[in-house]
Amino acid sequence: MQDYELMLDAYAQAGGAPSVFKDSNIAHLVVHKNKVIGSNSVKGLVLVPKETAIGIDIMLTVEKGIKIENLVHLCFGVLPKEGIQEINIKARIEDGSGVKLLAHCVFPNAVKVLHKMQAEIEIGDNAYYEYNEVHFHGESGGIEVIPKARIKIGKNSHLVTNFSLLKGRVGVFDLDYESEILDNSTLDMTAKIYGYGNDRIKIREAGYLNGRASRGLIKSRIAVKDNAVSEIINELTASAPGARGHVDCVEIIQGNAQAKAIPIVNVTNEFAKVTHEAAIGRVDKKQVETLMARGLEEEKAIDIVVGGMLK
Amino acid sequence: MEILNIEKISLNLEGRQILKDLSLLVKEGTIHSILGSNAAGKSSLAYAIMGCCDYRLESGKIHFLGDDITNLSVSKRAKMGITLAWQEPARFEGLTVKDYIAVGTKNRDDALITESLHHVLLEPSDYLGRQVDKTLSGGERKRIELAAIFAMRPKLVILDEPDSGIDILALDNIINMIKALKKQGTTVLLITHREEVSEIADITSLMCSGNIVHEGKSKEVGKYFKEKCIPCPTKIFPGKENGVPKGDKS
Repeated sequence: MQDYELMLDAYAQAGGAPSVFKDSNIAHLVVHKNKVIGSNSVKGLVLVPKETAIGIDIMLTVEKGIKIENLVHLCFGVLPKEGIQEINIKARIEDGSGVKLLAHCVFPNAVKVLHKMQAEIEIGDNAYYEYNEVHFHGESGGIEVIPKARIKIGKNSHLVTNFSLLKGRVGVFDLDYESEILDNSTLDMTAKIYGYGNDRIKIREAGYLNGRASRGLIKSRIAVKDNAVSEIINELTASAPGARGHVDCVEIIQGNAQAKAIPIVNVTNEFAKVTHEAAIGRVDKKQVETLMARGLEEEKAIDIVVGGMLK
Repeated sequence: MEILNIEKISLNLEGRQILKDLSLLVKEGTIHSILGSNAAGKSSLAYAIMGCCDYRLESGKIHFLGDDITNLSVSKRAKMGITLAWQEPARFEGLTVKDYIAVGTKNRDDALITESLHHVLLEPSDYLGRQVDKTLSGGERKRIELAAIFAMRPKLVILDEPDSGIDILALDNIINMIKALKKQGTTVLLITHREEVSEIADITSLMCSGNIVHEGKSKEVGKYFKEKCIPCPTKIFPGKENGVPKGDKS
C-alpha cells in the first residue's frame, strides 16, 4: 500500500494526475519493480500483466473495431535507490481499432537502477496507436534506461510515439525504435531529452516506408550541457511509390557537452522521397538577444529557448 | 531633452569599418528616422545601440538619458528602457505568442497582451496560442514583434526596417502602430531605406557609409535622399566622400 502511494507521489511529480487511477472508465496499470500494484481495464481492451523475477510481461490487445475512448495510463517505476525493472510488452491493435497510451516511468531515487523495456507492437489495418512516454528521474544520474520497440503498422493506419525525458538526470539512455509502415499509413516519432552532468544519450529511431503512399516523420529535440553526450540516429528508408518521409533533428549544446546527429535517408524507389534536416549548435544568439532585449538575463533567456524547443 | 546621445562611435567587423565616428542625438518623445541605402550601416548602428555581443564599439560613447551605457549588456540596456525590433525577428519553437509578448511585460497583463495584438490587427483568439515559429508568415511575425514592443512600453525602441516584407495594405497599419508607440510615450528610432516611411518621423538622419551625412526635416531629407542617393553616387563616383559632395553635410 505504501509503495502504491509513493508511486503515485512520484507519478504526480512527473506531471501525471493520480486521480485517473480512481476512475473506473479509465484503463490503467501501475507497476513497481516487478509488482503490479494497480490495474484496471475497460471494454475492448485486454490488459494482462504477468509478474516475472525482474519485471513484468504485459499483453495488451485492443479488440477489432474498438476505439478506446479514454487515454490508457501506465505507470512504471523503481522507488528504491537500486533495482532492476524489465518490461516486456506485446501489443496487438486489431483491425479498425485504436488506443492512446500515456506511460510515466518514475525513478526519483535511482542511484543504481536499470530499466529495460522491450516492446513488440502490431497495428492492424485501419487502426491507430499512440504511445506517449514521460520519464522522471532523480538527480544522481545512476540510472540506465534501455527501451527497444519493434513495430509493424498495417494499411491505412497511424502510429504516433512521443518520448520525453526532461525532469532529472538522464543517466545512460539507449533507445532503439524500429517501425515498418505499410500502404497509406503514417509514422510520427518524436523524442525530446535534456541531458546534463555526465549523461549519455543514444537514440536510434528507424522507419521503413514499405507501403505505397506511406508517410514517416522522425523528429528529435535534444539539449545537452555540462559534460553530457548525445548521439542521435534518425533513419528513414522509402521503398514504395509515393512514400514520403522527413527526418528533423535539432540538438543544442552548452558547456563541454558533445552532440552527434546521424540522419540516414535511404530511397530505393524512384517515386519515393525522403528529406532531412539536422542542426547542432549552441543556443541561437539572435533568439537569446531578442529575449534579452525584452529585459531577461542571458541565463533565463537560454532557459526559455531550450525549454521551448523541448516543450 | 535627449534620450539618446551617441558620441563619435566607430565599429569594426571582421576588419571592415562599419561605423566611423558616428554621432547622433535623439530627442525624447520623437520619431527619429535613420534613412539610408543598403549597407549604409543602419542595422549595425541598431545592434550597437542595443549592445548586441558582436557589435562592441571600437571607440566612442553611447549615453541613454544621461547614463553611459557603452559597456552595458543587452539585458541591462533593456531594463533601462531600450529595446530593439529586429528586421527579421527570431522564431521560437515551443513558445506561444502569448508567452512571447508576456516576456517583456512587467506582470503578464492579459488585457495588455490582447490589446497589443488588436493594435497590429491580429485577432487574439487566433494567435495567443500559436507558436512563434516558422508556421507564422514573415508579415505575421513582424506584427507580433511590434505587439510585443507595444506591450513592453519601452522608453526607446529601435525599429529595424519594420516595413520590410510587409505588403502595401499592412504598411498603413505598421505606420499607425509606430505612431501609437509615440503616443504612449515611447521614443522611436526608425530605421528604413524608404523615404516614404521616414516621412512619418519628426526628424530624419541620412546615413551613408557608416556615418550620418545629413539631418533635417523628414520630407526634406527624404527628397535629398531620393534625388542624390538613388542611385548611390559612391557606386557611380567612388571618389566622393560618403557619397555626397563636400559641403552638403549639415
